[in-house]
Amino acid sequence: MTQAVAADLPIWAALPVALLLLLGAGLALTGTLGLLRLGSFYERVHAPTLGTTLGIGCVLIASMLYFSVLQTRPVLHEVLIAVFMTVTTPVTLMLLARAALYRDRREGSDQVPPPPPPPRGGQEEGPDGTTEEMAAMDRAELAERR
Amino acid sequence: MTAAALLLTWSVLLAQLFLGLAMAFAAFRVLWGPRAQDRVLALDTLYVNGMMLLLTFGIRTGTTLYFEAALVIALLGFVSTSALAKFLMRGEVIE
Repeated sequence: MTQAVAADLPIWAALPVALLLLLGAGLALTGTLGLLRLGSFYERVHAPTLGTTLGIGCVLIASMLYFSVLQTRPVLHEVLIAVFMTVTTPVTLMLLARAALYRDRREGSDQVPPPPPPPRGGQEEGPDGTTEEMAAMDRAELAERR
Repeated sequence: MTAAALLLTWSVLLAQLFLGLAMAFAAFRVLWGPRAQDRVLALDTLYVNGMMLLLTFGIRTGTTLYFEAALVIALLGFVSTSALAKFLMRGEVIE
């Protein structure tokens, strides 16, 4: 099946398709290797974006080029996936990083920076400084969300 | 077999090996991730790699059938990752 289909492709189209495929897959492998090897979560959150932006861009351009040459008409529906990934990847990773930061602060970890000071008038004095500070942060976030 | 077909067959095979290895790494991080956010991040990476593998299958077989599957994976993956991040943040998804 592969040979029968790919035999119709001229060499000037097969060469960039092959190179872009290998580049995209190699970038995805590099990003996932970073996910496996890096030390902390905040380092690991950077690594897979290599594959989710540039890697998938290369694979989609290869697919567009391949099907456009094969069907002798412009095949552009891969642009849908490209636009969707470009829009959604920062959103999901920012949500995830904020959730991780919230969890680390809630546990009192010293690996993360302290929370920003609460807005004026939102803080009350309590016997336990840490939990009161956390509660003030929760109230500030709730007020921000409303 | 022409030179173009040979080049394309081997590069598609190598790209599939790369992507399969990347999916194995991400699955390792899903299973042995020390904390919940590591597992969610690895799941995100896993579905992106699976989507790229489906696109590579589409190039290998020459059909555009795999494109729809890749699009569905992209849509559902975004929804699932943001729902899991919301769950980690708040303890519930819909409040």
